[in-house]
Amino acid sequence: MMMKFKEFGWMAAVLAASAVATSAWAADAAGEAGMVKTSRGSVTIERQGAQLAAAPGFKVLSSDRVRTGADSAVGITLRDNTSLTAGANTVLTLDRYAFNPTTHEGAMQTSLQKGSLAVISGKLPKASPDTVRFQTSSVTLGVRGTYFIIESAGE
Amino acid sequence: MDPVIVFAIAGFVAWWNQVPPPPPKPEVKVEAPKAVPDRVVLLPDADGNAGAVVLRAGSGPEQVVDKAWLGAEITREGAVTVSPQDPAAVQARYGALLAARPAAPVSYVVYFQSGANALTPESRAVFDELKAELARRPVPEVQVIGHTDRVGRLEANDELSRRRADAVRDLLVAAGVPRDQIETSGRGEREPLVPTADEVAEPRNRRVEISVR
Repeated sequence: MMMKFKEFGWMAAVLAASAVATSAWAADAAGEAGMVKTSRGSVTIERQGAQLAAAPGFKVLSSDRVRTGADSAVGITLRDNTSLTAGANTVLTLDRYAFNPTTHEGAMQTSLQKGSLAVISGKLPKASPDTVRFQTSSVTLGVRGTYFIIESAGE
Repeated sequence: MDPVIVFAIAGFVAWWNQVPPPPPKPEVKVEAPKAVPDRVVLLPDADGNAGAVVLRAGSGPEQVVDKAWLGAEITREGAVTVSPQDPAAVQARYGALLAARPAAPVSYVVYFQSGANALTPESRAVFDELKAELARRPVPEVQVIGHTDRVGRLEANDELSRRRADAVRDLLVAAGVPRDQIETSGRGEREPLVPTADEVAEPRNRRVEISVR
């Protein structure tokens, strides 16, 4: 137990030191997850109660909720190169996103409340296969790669 | 006809028609709304390969979908049905969704001249290609990722790979790429292009990857 604790302390120190040294860490600390690359129709991002219009170039953060209207779609590329495309009438929450560009460790948990989502997975599932999850009200998907669609009727 | 045969046939027909009685229907049938199932479909990636997704629904066992055009329907009760999907039907159903996908990331690799902080001439030529790619994208981002060979300690190589990435960022900025579009990181010796044993000098691993997304 003591050994484990010591190891943990050492690893935490190394991780902290390497994290501080990279410019990418600043993005991670801000919870920056990715960027809106394509947007059509009505696309909003809910963040701490605010409704933000998500045009291309908009930075998406961990825990943002994406909402699209009828005849709308949005394409987001995340920092590990995962691509998320939400179709019409979709509600999608990026519950958790973290990516370390040095080690490729991190986590991605996403819930599709309703609508459709096309995913092309990036670097995360290769390094951390058990930490990438997509969820609807009836199913949980673990991802080993690479290109798939999820559709949910919602609650 | 021989009455014995008639009797035998009648007996056979009687036996044949013996069907188990249908289970008694409940007196009051609660008609649940016809639930629309959730769906998952696996597509071939750019190289024509399929990855895999693992489905967990309700208390049922894990189900793996690992072939292109294999789909699954999942009911609200957690029943999973896996079956092959018609590519044309998938395109018809999800065409508008797929049309909105962001452009796929593109990667370039540049190498340093031996013992110098300058790129090889071929690597300089990559910059023109990269700038053309940036011009094609409405909101481009550039990831500059440094790599080392396996000579030296892991942490020292992390630091070295970051310095290489920073050097390439400065060259990109000098070549006219906006600095705020560029993020740098170092992978150290973790992702060798050419796998080697530890402490082996390998010039092809001393490289910087420039990824545009």
